Amino acid sequence: MSILVNKDTKVIVQGFTGKEGSFHAEQCLAYGTQIVGGVTPNKGGQTHLGKPVFNTVADAVKTTGATVSMIFVPPAFVGDAVMEAAEAGIDLAVIITEGAPVKDMQMAKAHATKHGMKTLGPNCPGIITAEECKIGIMPGMIFKKGNVGLISKSGTLTYEGANQVCKEGFGISTAVGIGGDPIIGLSYLQLLPMFEADPETECIVLIGEIGGDLEIQAAAYIKEHITKPVVAFIAGQTAPKGKTMGHAGAIVSGSAGTAAEKMAALEAAGATVVVSPAEIGQAVTKAMAKK
Amino acid sequence: MNIHEYQAKQVFAKYGVPTPKGIMVESVEAAVEAAKELGGPVWVVKAQIHAGGRGLGGGVKLAKSIEEVRELSDEILGMTLVTHQTDAAGKLVRKLYIEDGADIKDEFYLSVVLDRKLEMPLIMASTEGGMNIEDVAENTPEKIITIPVDPAIGFQGFHGRELAFGLGITDKNEQKKIISFAQKLFKLYMENDAEMIEINPLVRTGSGDFLALDGKMGFDNSALGRQPEIEAMRDLTEEDADEVEAAKYGLSYVALDGEIGCMVNGAGLAMGTMDTINHMGGTPANFLDVGGSANAETVAKGFEIILRNPNVKAIFVNIFGGIVRCDRIANGIIEATKLTDVNVPVIVRLDGTNAPEASEILKKANISNLIVGDDLADGAAKAVAAAKGN
Repeated sequence: MSILVNKDTKVIVQGFTGKEGSFHAEQCLAYGTQIVGGVTPNKGGQTHLGKPVFNTVADAVKTTGATVSMIFVPPAFVGDAVMEAAEAGIDLAVIITEGAPVKDMQMAKAHATKHGMKTLGPNCPGIITAEECKIGIMPGMIFKKGNVGLISKSGTLTYEGANQVCKEGFGISTAVGIGGDPIIGLSYLQLLPMFEADPETECIVLIGEIGGDLEIQAAAYIKEHITKPVVAFIAGQTAPKGKTMGHAGAIVSGSAGTAAEKMAALEAAGATVVVSPAEIGQAVTKAMAKK
Repeated sequence: MNIHEYQAKQVFAKYGVPTPKGIMVESVEAAVEAAKELGGPVWVVKAQIHAGGRGLGGGVKLAKSIEEVRELSDEILGMTLVTHQTDAAGKLVRKLYIEDGADIKDEFYLSVVLDRKLEMPLIMASTEGGMNIEDVAENTPEKIITIPVDPAIGFQGFHGRELAFGLGITDKNEQKKIISFAQKLFKLYMENDAEMIEINPLVRTGSGDFLALDGKMGFDNSALGRQPEIEAMRDLTEEDADEVEAAKYGLSYVALDGEIGCMVNGAGLAMGTMDTINHMGGTPANFLDVGGSANAETVAKGFEIILRNPNVKAIFVNIFGGIVRCDRIANGIIEATKLTDVNVPVIVRLDGTNAPEASEILKKANISNLIVGDDLADGAAKAVAAAKGN
């Protein structure tokens, strides 16, 4: 078991023949991911990396039966690509592209929700079920199979966390990078219940950062519903205030958004909160021992 | 990206959002000419900087004669304005906006922002105009009304009615005017990829008209590529020169006031590295994310920018290679030591893609003040010790 993706998951790539799409699709194939084809308009009928290329997502889904799409199209076309995937019946769109306009993501996510499609990202490293299926840009070799689930807003902190967990002798069930943009798809609130229900996952690592209040919502959910141990780290305790957030926007979420507040909420919810990402591995060891 | 008040008002005017007449000037003489052209009898002389709270800081003043316009322009132009939204050093006033005085009956607050929780734009309004809106939210939150607008349906009549009744506007003619005002504002928010628009105060005049007396706009940086008119309004003198230069090389840099320079890949790990240094008793001198396409040139540039800060006593390079290959970073470090005089200890921790190759490259280069960190904790500890002279 694992969450969302496994060795049987059929994946297509939107932006398949581009530089980034090609490079990472090849890496995913080498990892063992079932990439069954890709989409690049006007290149339908060609073969790329030994897989068929289609003009539209609808064609690709009809022919291959893919349920997941990994999206590498340039930022200006991400909204369009996500909406196309949703209408073609894709279950999960993993959006790797960085720098998509926020307005496009508002529209695209609302449309995806309407069609029952889950989204991950944008601006995220993707999702990996260790030693089965890698859909994204993470270095596959650091994810050894095991019983720790990981959810993170940051790509490199995902690698850092997973690497420490594996060095402590444990492994990863599924690791999910949710992205750090203002509007993102699946988040803690949707992923926590999946890890709680997954028999393979025994401990959950939650990595967050300053801004917004997703971690506060996660803390409330953990308190009520999560029985598995949670280890949490919030990046940005030393970040200067107001550097990236417009001040009118800060009012909406009240005083939420600081690392201190998120850490306190998670601590109160029973999570083990570490002050440095260097302590994630040891904290997982302690949490697993207590079980 | 933010723009000046006078630029925001140009955008407002294009969409028919009413504002007082005004002219942007960069000299006292031009200010006097502008005042004559506007006609008076009352003018407002306003400092143009990218920060709120200008009035309280002495950057917005009323003039009742042309002579007074001259005196106030002379006083404000070239002053360094410190407000609650600037840092302690303040901001130099390079531009003024000379504006017609308005006949103010009362003041409101109106803004459009992105609500991250609802994932759609939110109109916020209050009868408490001209006040610091954070204080209103803190002390009398019931005086702020919020109206989410789903972009799929756009600004509808009911949104307008909620706004007008919420602000206690009962005159039917005035209701029409405020609804039309908000409708145009929402349209320009959407069409220009704005991140936030804030009008504080929005005034009702004696004759029952509504005017944007102030205007503040911020835009989604990711959308600037398709908003050339907005991008052309960018004023680089309002931004930190090092941050702007770093951005040209794909580096995201923010100066801090500590002693340990940081070069990290990924924003999350960059913040986590700062937190770790802090936790071990050191102080970070900067945030620097080298991004996904780091190479020798960008790494060298990063070193150069970090070392401009005279407080830097050590540099911690912390890379977990995913897309970024560690061997490229290692070559960058060697290149940087050739291009820039790196006169402080450099602690390097490289992990992930091609880390063993990177380690070989660094060993062969045999650089004297280079220290290798085994992992994040070890690297941070060595950086803190090096900064303390150990």
